[in-house]
Amino acid sequence: MTLHDILDALFPAGHAVEVSDQLVAGTAQTATGTVAVLGTTGPAAIGHDIALGLAGRILDIVDRHPGRPIVFLVDTKGQALSRAEELLCLNGSLAHLARCVDLARRQGHVSLALVTGEAVSGGFLSFGLMADKTYALADAQVRVMDLKAMARVTKIAHERLVELAGSSPTFAPGAENYQRMGAIEAIWPAPSASLLEAALANQAAAGPATDGRMASGRARDGRRLAADVVAAVLAA
Amino acid sequence: MNAPINPSRRHSYFEATARNRVAAVLDAGSFTEFLPPEASQPSPHLAVLDIPGAFDDGVIVGSAALGGQPVLVIAQEGQFMGGAVGEIHGAKIVGLLRRAMAEKPAAVILMVDSGGVRLHEANAGLIAISEIMRAVLDTRAAGVPVLALVGGSCGAFGGMGIVSRLCSAIVMSEEGRLALSGPEVIETVAGVEEFDSKDRALVWRVTGGKQRYLTGDCAELVEDDAAAFRQGAIDVLAGWTEPAPSSATLRAEQDRLTSRRQRFAGMRDGLEVWAALGVPDPRQIPIMDRDSLVALRKGLPA
Repeated sequence: MTLHDILDALFPAGHAVEVSDQLVAGTAQTATGTVAVLGTTGPAAIGHDIALGLAGRILDIVDRHPGRPIVFLVDTKGQALSRAEELLCLNGSLAHLARCVDLARRQGHVSLALVTGEAVSGGFLSFGLMADKTYALADAQVRVMDLKAMARVTKIAHERLVELAGSSPTFAPGAENYQRMGAIEAIWPAPSASLLEAALANQAAAGPATDGRMASGRARDGRRLAADVVAAVLAA
Repeated sequence: MNAPINPSRRHSYFEATARNRVAAVLDAGSFTEFLPPEASQPSPHLAVLDIPGAFDDGVIVGSAALGGQPVLVIAQEGQFMGGAVGEIHGAKIVGLLRRAMAEKPAAVILMVDSGGVRLHEANAGLIAISEIMRAVLDTRAAGVPVLALVGGSCGAFGGMGIVSRLCSAIVMSEEGRLALSGPEVIETVAGVEEFDSKDRALVWRVTGGKQRYLTGDCAELVEDDAAAFRQGAIDVLAGWTEPAPSSATLRAEQDRLTSRRQRFAGMRDGLEVWAALGVPDPRQIPIMDRDSLVALRKGLPA
């Protein structure tokens, strides 16, 4: 499915979204009004330019369109891998992008991320996982590392990892694992205007978003320890 | 003025364990651990892979005092699984930060020593880092500064590199390394000509404390000495007021990062950046001592 198909399905009332160097930016119409659309396509490797491009557009939305909801479209293969990027502290530019998403939330912008393609590591952390809620399309690929590379790095047999992945959501790629662990709110069978509008309306009604992912992960039996550890630290 | 540090009396921060760092950086005898090993459990996700766990899961959290001020403390143990973040490890950090929002200590001290996500618990680790990111920003928004100390043997990489840059400020030693992808990862994916991870001097010119200090990515550069980290932390926190999150602050950072990106476009080595900054002889930077480097930065053209 192309980005254009996804946009048509999400925003049948119309959209004006441009793609430049894998950065997606524009506006779209929903039943409740105009929303900002921001993200990446490709899947893009997130380097300084994309991170700063997204961050600058978020600041523009905060300054010029108070309260406008933001829909992030996530398709990233992770952070850009190069010496030049690291020389200028790529983690700093990704942190800056994350702070901009966080600022929008504090300024009253509802935000939602939809993984349309891939969502990997640092690229996912910097904006997709910073939105109020994160959703994924059914064919989305969400991961830190594929199991073959993981086997190589951890020196654990690939077959063993495959076997364990059948019973544990903790390490293997897959949007459904992230859903069970609370980081992905729901998986959509296809891009859908009604699902999107319902998600935005739910968040607007819920008020300022707090991080409920740990509680969701426990309720879904995908992350059994984290919430208790936090409670124990608070009670110590 | 501080007395010169006698090298034989130095207590290397780089080589110390997390527990030794906590003891040496904070006021003597002030540390109380939350969830000490006897009240904790090793990671079941490692056990299922037949990997020995640690009762603290590679991170220590607790309360202490720094220069007489109450602080909450997080110290990652680089000597266990490279300080990498798994489910319990990450939740201890999130719990400590949430406690800080309620307790409002003078600061949270985050001693980073981590390669990022623990691959054996990859999804749990990535999600935990996202939760840490939001908790750091929530803590700061509650008016509590979060200060990162970067000088451990595993550096601050991956998601913990991002977390470090979300903190109020970073105190770093020249031996510390701060980046996103580790040089080994870049070499594996992009080739040795892109980044030779065995060229330690190069790794250090790209990710090390002096480069980060000269380009303004860390607030304070200190010697590789626990007492120097302690003093650096006290100095940064003295009179620190946590600014409310605002678009004006982030616009200023946006402008700084954008103009820097243009100024240093195409460069691949600290030597090039230092020349562009106006350092008369960039090749001297790696052998300069800390005080001379700090003096040099003060004298650079704006």
